[in-house]
Amino acid sequence: MESNSLIINLKDTTFSYSGDKLILNHLSFQLHSGERIGMVGPNGSGKTTLFHIIMGLLKPSSGRVELFGKPAHDEKDFREARKKIGLLFQDADDQLFSPTVLEDVAFGPLNLGKSPDEARDIAFKTLARLDLFDFENRITYKLSGGEKRLVSLATVLAMDPEVLLLDEPTNGLDDETEEKITDILKGLNLSCIFISHNLDFLFKTTDKIYAMANGKIFLDEALVPHSHVHTHKFGRLPHEHKQ
Amino acid sequence: MRIEEQFSTGESFVHKLDPRVKIIVAILYSIVVAVSTNFSALLPALGISVSLIVLSTLSIRKVLYRLLLVNGLIIFLWVFLPFTYKGESLFTIGPLVGTKEGVLYASQITVKCNAILLVMIVLLSTTPISTLGHAMSQLYFPDKIIHLFLFTYRYIHVIFQEYNRLINAMRIRGFKPQTNLHTYRSYAYLVGMLLVRSYDRAERIHNAMLCRGFHGKYYTLSRFSIKIGDILYLSLMLSAILGLMVLQWRVIV
Repeated sequence: MESNSLIINLKDTTFSYSGDKLILNHLSFQLHSGERIGMVGPNGSGKTTLFHIIMGLLKPSSGRVELFGKPAHDEKDFREARKKIGLLFQDADDQLFSPTVLEDVAFGPLNLGKSPDEARDIAFKTLARLDLFDFENRITYKLSGGEKRLVSLATVLAMDPEVLLLDEPTNGLDDETEEKITDILKGLNLSCIFISHNLDFLFKTTDKIYAMANGKIFLDEALVPHSHVHTHKFGRLPHEHKQ
Repeated sequence: MRIEEQFSTGESFVHKLDPRVKIIVAILYSIVVAVSTNFSALLPALGISVSLIVLSTLSIRKVLYRLLLVNGLIIFLWVFLPFTYKGESLFTIGPLVGTKEGVLYASQITVKCNAILLVMIVLLSTTPISTLGHAMSQLYFPDKIIHLFLFTYRYIHVIFQEYNRLINAMRIRGFKPQTNLHTYRSYAYLVGMLLVRSYDRAERIHNAMLCRGFHGKYYTLSRFSIKIGDILYLSLMLSAILGLMVLQWRVIV
């Protein structure tokens, strides 16, 4: 695929639940091949909805969705696109539904038409890539929160997507697991959009950060001077900081 | 709390049997025993079940505990059936007359239940749930039944956790169940909230599956292979079932 080709193209998209306030407000958005975009924004600003529109899980009230240069209207169009776009859900319990880890990771490849042997092979390789050794026969609901997140990521990567959409991948993880996920994601050569409230994580894993508010997207590359509250010893005594 | 599959792992011969053989035997055996009415068939059936349990080397204490739960319900049959069934009088307690037919009927049900339950414990609970699901799919059970079965297993735990979260949320705000409208209403909210949340979750899971290319067909990784032992066991059990049918109906001589 040529670089810089347009993968996701939303044109003037609007979405609302039956006439309520607009969750996406005439939003236009583009993702080119090789781009790594971070997405921040307050709760309820429409970030997750944006992902669901891209995947065809929600239908926009108006506007157009184009994926890989082709307009996407019905389930059939999206079904094709989903083979190349991987979405990681916020709650790993939604993603992991098979009794064992191996079966869950093999689920996507099997749906793509791989034979059971190939699927098993892919699952093992993907788990190994994420350092998840001896996980294949673990019971999914008995995994810890961090393990669930890593296995969920494996289930998405096993489908060998061209684009990765992650919805708050570091939410609720301890430092160690967060670092591990950050390293894994930095090493992936994919186009991606990561939703997160964790700016440190986004600075490390993405090239630019967009902000979402009230159903619209703002490019947030400009530097904004601002001060931080900070703590140090004897902070209660009157003192000055040099610029 | 977790839902344990207490008997699903082990080294005995029943653990090594092909799950498809186990399912077939369990179904045929249960049907034949359930429709049998003749003690000359039911008692041997109980004998077969007990010997299977003994051979399976499952912990007898745990098996008895499970039997106790079911027989707790059967006690009620013993309280009512002898006195409500019409027939020859066997004994009297005050104004109540116990009939022979009633007692026989109650014992029939007791023997049937225990025989079937023991075989279910030996054959089905010695197989991990996920394996059972896959075996069912290889036996051409309808996809929908298998999905229901596996999803129930996977999410009953999540729903239980959600229930616990809600109960705790109520407790930390001083909720104490009492016999009043406030209690009933709060419990109704709890159940309602659980239903709504389960429904939402079902939708999210379905979406997650769609994102991974699901289109209604569930593929499985596992393949089973029939061994000599399986064939031996299957023929042995089929002959036993046939024997029970002969004892019950005496049609084949």
